[in-house]
Amino acid sequence: MHELSIAHQLVELAVENADRMGLRRVTALHVRVGALSGVVQEALRFAYDIAAAGTAVEGARLIIEDVPVVIYCPACRAERSLPAPVPARCPVCGTPSGDVRAGRELELYALEGEADEEGNR
Amino acid sequence: MTMTPRIVEIRQNVLKKNDLLARELRERFRTAGVYVVNLVSAPGAGKTTALTELMRRLAGAGWRVAAVVGDLATDNDAERLRASGAAVRQITTGTVCHLEAEMVARAIEGWDLGSLDFLFIENVGNLVCPASYDLGENERAVLFSVTEGEDKPEKYPTLINSADLAVVTKIDLAEAVGFDRRRFQEAVERVRPGIEVLEISARTGAGLDRWLERLLAGRAAARVR
Repeated sequence: MHELSIAHQLVELAVENADRMGLRRVTALHVRVGALSGVVQEALRFAYDIAAAGTAVEGARLIIEDVPVVIYCPACRAERSLPAPVPARCPVCGTPSGDVRAGRELELYALEGEADEEGNR
Repeated sequence: MTMTPRIVEIRQNVLKKNDLLARELRERFRTAGVYVVNLVSAPGAGKTTALTELMRRLAGAGWRVAAVVGDLATDNDAERLRASGAAVRQITTGTVCHLEAEMVARAIEGWDLGSLDFLFIENVGNLVCPASYDLGENERAVLFSVTEGEDKPEKYPTLINSADLAVVTKIDLAEAVGFDRRRFQEAVERVRPGIEVLEISARTGAGLDRWLERLLAGRAAARVR
């Protein structure tokens, strides 16, 4: 369970960026979580509420976007999105591939909030 | 003053701090010419025993070797590793279930990296959390013991996906515990096609020569890069 430590870093990153972007009040955090990121969504949600308490992003919604694993299939010569991380095989032709192109993300993608009207961008 | 709603794009890795520090470490290791291996496994898979034997052999062949070892509470593993003759430092993580780049940076403070050929990082025994943390290593080896069952790789796809080498430990016990090598290989292939699987026994020495060979080749390749 390292989600609490990750949640703290997420909150810290959000607070820093909200400040930098001139957001007065943060209403939502958009986070992209890859299927191979090692993060369990439920655990992250639970930990986020704890980590956000008492900070500038307290009360902001956590909106999580799932990022599926994408492998490069050498037979199809194309990137293929997998329905699940295992098996790591092309869903079209069945060729195994360890060439992972996406799915390891753990990213603060965007912040939603309110800014002063003349707030700088 | 009126407030206006706004969405701003950030696109930053949540573990940015760790990643930046790991990048710095990697550059330091590269400049110093030391080859770094991060060992990850479940508790009890045999990281310490395998590493002790590996370091004993490397040191015997004249290579300069050191290790840092992460443990929740005790320094027993560091003591055991010292039996190999290598310099060893302990990282006591308390309740933290993995090593982070910052802990490694602190642990190697004062060490002359230029006087080392190999540095091993023995992670905290855990098959989940260490996956997310880059420690600046050249390669990551994930260890599974024969007593853990053949389907273990499929239960922990994230960690094995982050690894460069899979090692089966305690292979001398394979028959006694009914370990099916083929099923294990198939499980690994389903999760991480193409990764090398090495079978070793620290007790009998089986497979250690191959591991050594691989490390030397890895180090040589890293130096010409």
